Amino acid sequence: MAEQESKVAQLLKKHEQDVLQKWLSYQMSSMTWRADLMKESDLREQSREFLQLFIEVSQQSGPGADAAAWKSAKEMLAEVSRSRAMQGFSPSETAMFVFSLKQPLFDTLRRELNDVEELSREVWSTTTLLDKLGLYTVEAYQQSRESVIARQQQELLELSTPVVQLWDHIVALPLIGTLDSARTQVVMERLLEKVVQTGASIAIIDITGVPTVDTLVAQHLLKTVAAARLMGADCIISGIRPQIAQTIVHLGVNLADVITKATLADAFAVALQRTGARVTRVGVKE
Amino acid sequence: MVVLKDESAPIRSSIDVMRVRQIVREWAVSLGFSLVDQTKVVTAASELARNTMVYGGGGELRMEALNSDTRRGLRLTFSDQGPGIADMEQAMKDGFSTGAGLGLGLGGAKRLANEFAIDSRPGQGTTVTILRWNKL
Repeated sequence: MAEQESKVAQLLKKHEQDVLQKWLSYQMSSMTWRADLMKESDLREQSREFLQLFIEVSQQSGPGADAAAWKSAKEMLAEVSRSRAMQGFSPSETAMFVFSLKQPLFDTLRRELNDVEELSREVWSTTTLLDKLGLYTVEAYQQSRESVIARQQQELLELSTPVVQLWDHIVALPLIGTLDSARTQVVMERLLEKVVQTGASIAIIDITGVPTVDTLVAQHLLKTVAAARLMGADCIISGIRPQIAQTIVHLGVNLADVITKATLADAFAVALQRTGARVTRVGVKE
Repeated sequence: MVVLKDESAPIRSSIDVMRVRQIVREWAVSLGFSLVDQTKVVTAASELARNTMVYGGGGELRMEALNSDTRRGLRLTFSDQGPGIADMEQAMKDGFSTGAGLGLGLGGAKRLANEFAIDSRPGQGTTVTILRWNKL
């Protein structure tokens, strides 16, 4: 069995350059080739390396993608998938790297093998093998994508929440996104730090960008307000949209002790008034 | 009454709770819920999903889109195999919590929904079902 199957390896070794050239030109003329994403020299290098591994490995143990000897070929494919996922190739464009080898390979087999039965046997074993490797490529591609997503989630969690100074003694914290407890902790600390740093007497917390205000979010807000108050700053919660207001009422959350406003502008007006500042129009005739 | 769509989602982590809010919002939008109704059902789902995760040790959400002659509804069933609720009357009372929360989640979810049912057996788990109709 092993002797028969290494036929592919023998033929490939003999026609390596020819197969490589044809494979390359096939890849580059194919619809799935992305000249915009990848340099030709890189493709040449990857193709050469994969073809060599393919020959080496089919020589050693005969085709069988599960054999331990395929490890290096798999590692190489995983690396190819990873880099292509990063470069922005689609999964099928990535898998085509492996599948496109079929055409030059089968051409060679057809030319060199005269016995029909032998030919079909070789084609079958080669195609099975390449299919396995191709699917493995897709799997590796997906894994690398998932790791990208996981990293992005991490980055989102660490999204900076800037506390901005609007005026003397007035700071604002525009909250955006979900207020899960890990981020809320960070947000709360930043706000309190800024209060100390600027000596602010009023802190505006704007929740326009918070999609859902449930009891946990409300609790976090109330705690932040209480902590700021202990440090001598009054909080105004702004950005309370009508649907959020209704929901808060149904939930039974008591925000009576907190000044709340519909918009950040309203809150700023209150804050200015409280700090004794006044906004007047200059150069506009009444 | 016809069930248009029926799906389940796991609730194991706070990321799942976030996903529950997103899916429930998507469903509410596709059923033509008004912005207020969307917000109400999403908020109720958020409370119950968090209860499932924190107090039930994780569980599952089943979502059903319902269609009757005159209206459309979203039925959400949260189930866990956790310790269950020892004193139901107390649990439903506003301001009571065995954890560190505000103690408004269950009562709040009930007020945010049109229909509410809770079934809990100590040692076996808890199932909460809410239904919100779309005003037409």
